[in-house]
Amino acid sequence: MSSLLNSELLSHIGRSAPPRKELVTRRDIRKYSVATGQTRASFLAGDEAPPMFHIALFWDVVEMDQLSPDGVSVDTLLPEFPLKRAMAGGWKIEYFKKIHPGDVLTARRTLTDIYEKKGSKGPLIFYELIVKIENEAGEPVLTEKITRILR
Amino acid sequence: MTDLSRIKTLSPGDVLPGREFCCDNVQLFFYNASLWNAHRIHYDYPYATQVEGYPGLVVAGPLMGDWLTQCVLDWMEQDATLVSFEYSNRKACYTGDVLNFAGEVASVEQDNGLVTLDLRITDREGDTVTPGRAVVRFPFD
Repeated sequence: MSSLLNSELLSHIGRSAPPRKELVTRRDIRKYSVATGQTRASFLAGDEAPPMFHIALFWDVVEMDQLSPDGVSVDTLLPEFPLKRAMAGGWKIEYFKKIHPGDVLTARRTLTDIYEKKGSKGPLIFYELIVKIENEAGEPVLTEKITRILR
Repeated sequence: MTDLSRIKTLSPGDVLPGREFCCDNVQLFFYNASLWNAHRIHYDYPYATQVEGYPGLVVAGPLMGDWLTQCVLDWMEQDATLVSFEYSNRKACYTGDVLNFAGEVASVEQDNGLVTLDLRITDREGDTVTPGRAVVRFPFD
């Protein structure tokens, strides 16, 4: 039996955030490409987005008073977890279409799982999100499963 | 120019070109600025070391995921398309750490053009810090 996760917390599994729509700009692709050290000319010119660009495109833009003390933006899709320190987790992405400047993309996020594991330095909470990104025609652009870890 | 014959030259065990990565403060700043990520472990050295107990500024996990995709795209050039990609962050890395990419072909499906690649970033101790896997599709006859 889990020690950190109660039924109220687990009841959040299955909830979705309101869809988010963003315009892809050449400038944002270029900034991302420079920041990540891309080598492809089409990425550096902003003609086409690198495969992980959508992470920057849909990272929440929040005001400073909405940040928690560690600087992380509070994700209102998530319940308040008993562990607070966010670690990176993992991404699993399926690609259907490339992203170009001028694209208007919509992301839909759903909290699909919450579970606990024992880490070497104490308990860890894992949660999983499914994000589906589509274009204005309603065609899938990519789908990703994000696993985040709290310690 | 798309090379229809390239997949025929591939076999499990083929090694992808290696690449060295070393994230400095400027790259880490640019990366998190491009996301709007204010997580203090990436830029606030006193916070990262004294409050969170890290030995330095933590390299953003998705940046290392991005590095894996770059190595895949450099290897496949314009010949193939990326079908899927996954990775996880197993161990924190810090600015100034010298990290190395390694990857190899795990499987080749000649009948549908799909090639699966095993990927990893290792640290100076040889530990895998970011394992990953990608599937790419080559044109096929």
